[in-house]
Amino acid sequence: MAVVLVDAGGTNIGSVRYALQRLGVEAALTADPEAIRGADKVILPGVGAAGPGMARLRELGLVELMRSLTQPVLGVCLGMQLLCAHSEEGDTDCLGVIDAPVRRFHEAPGLRVPHMGWNALAPVRPHPLLDGLAAGEQAYFVHSYAVPVGDYTLATSDFGGPFSAVIARGNFHGMQFHPERSAGVGARLLMNFLSL
Amino acid sequence: MLSRRIIPCLDVRDGQVVKGVRFRDHVVMGEIVDLALRYRDEGADELVFYDITASPEGRSVDRTWVERVARVIDIPFCVAGGIRSVDEARAVLHAGADKISVNSPALERPELIDELAGAFGVQCVVVGIDSLRDADGQWRVRQYTGDPDKTQALARGTLDWMVEVQRRGAGEIVLNCMGSDGVRQGYDLEQLRAARAVCHVPLIASGGAGAPEHFRDAFQDADVDGALAASVFHSGAIAIPELKRYLAREDVAVRL
Repeated sequence: MAVVLVDAGGTNIGSVRYALQRLGVEAALTADPEAIRGADKVILPGVGAAGPGMARLRELGLVELMRSLTQPVLGVCLGMQLLCAHSEEGDTDCLGVIDAPVRRFHEAPGLRVPHMGWNALAPVRPHPLLDGLAAGEQAYFVHSYAVPVGDYTLATSDFGGPFSAVIARGNFHGMQFHPERSAGVGARLLMNFLSL
Repeated sequence: MLSRRIIPCLDVRDGQVVKGVRFRDHVVMGEIVDLALRYRDEGADELVFYDITASPEGRSVDRTWVERVARVIDIPFCVAGGIRSVDEARAVLHAGADKISVNSPALERPELIDELAGAFGVQCVVVGIDSLRDADGQWRVRQYTGDPDKTQALARGTLDWMVEVQRRGAGEIVLNCMGSDGVRQGYDLEQLRAARAVCHVPLIASGGAGAPEHFRDAFQDADVDGALAASVFHSGAIAIPELKRYLAREDVAVRL
């Protein structure tokens, strides 16, 4: 199985790659359109801001390619947000393959932004990506922007109200947390993606 | 609900985990990867590696161990110690660390925080603050605390510095209350409460943990997001699984 990690910058690419290695999968890190188009699974990692993230995809000539993919695609953290329609972060138009907005968390008493740490996942509808996930299992989040709950939401988490922790639309999937840093829960969800 | 984090801190010198009895008398405790995995298996939520390797003249510290840790560890980890520039931070982050923590270099040149946040985002940037109460009752920042002979008291007030580092782009603050550090009598709740009032990013308590109740108090009385400790975990005085079960019984949100 050919798995590629889209090299759109961001410092967590190594971590995602190591997590896949722990699952026995050697993923190529690439920005080559042919390699991405021909892969069985495509992962878009990302740490950073939406504007520079989209700018990097444009520079690499990958925007239309990413939109046209038909194999399973997984966006992680910022990568998930880039799959959405628009982000409030830098007022950025994103790839738009999942029709969802990305909004900033607002600080409130007891809510410190960034939302950083382990939080519980609550599945809201069955999906192979969530196989074996029990309600209340926790994943590691680090983010200041989030996707509200919508019909694309597979699992939620709660930070001053529910937000989307896992989303999907067709072959496009997103995880707001870092599966590569979410211990056994993250490994299971990554394995589920690889098994789609 | 967001869980409160339990964070063991490991001192690293030349790629091995050491225990500092005094600044110069370090005992090797074990291989860094073995200890990191042990804490991961016990349920640590995050790890901090404090690199105390002395930098030879004009050369950067060998941090190949960061990549070895990143390959095997599937929980977040932060590297602290000796990071003085965006380039050094980039090397550590690209090797697989999730966050970098700066302390004395940020006091020497506060713009470093802005530069790091601009380059990597605030979520990667932790600022460590060593603080001690002076005779006049004010908490002030200490610098170069790695070496008792070089430690300096600064005129800078701890709470003022906390406000400034957030403005500059700190995504998290570790407040090490030196008055309580190493004596295991509990975290400095008064200082942590004062810090909490001015800290709008995640706040990590450090210094003083000696018993499970100390963790509960830091979370419930000072509302910190995480609690860092070293010796009580390394010595086995507190086992993380039991600590977390205790905290859960005390209605502290933890990851079990």
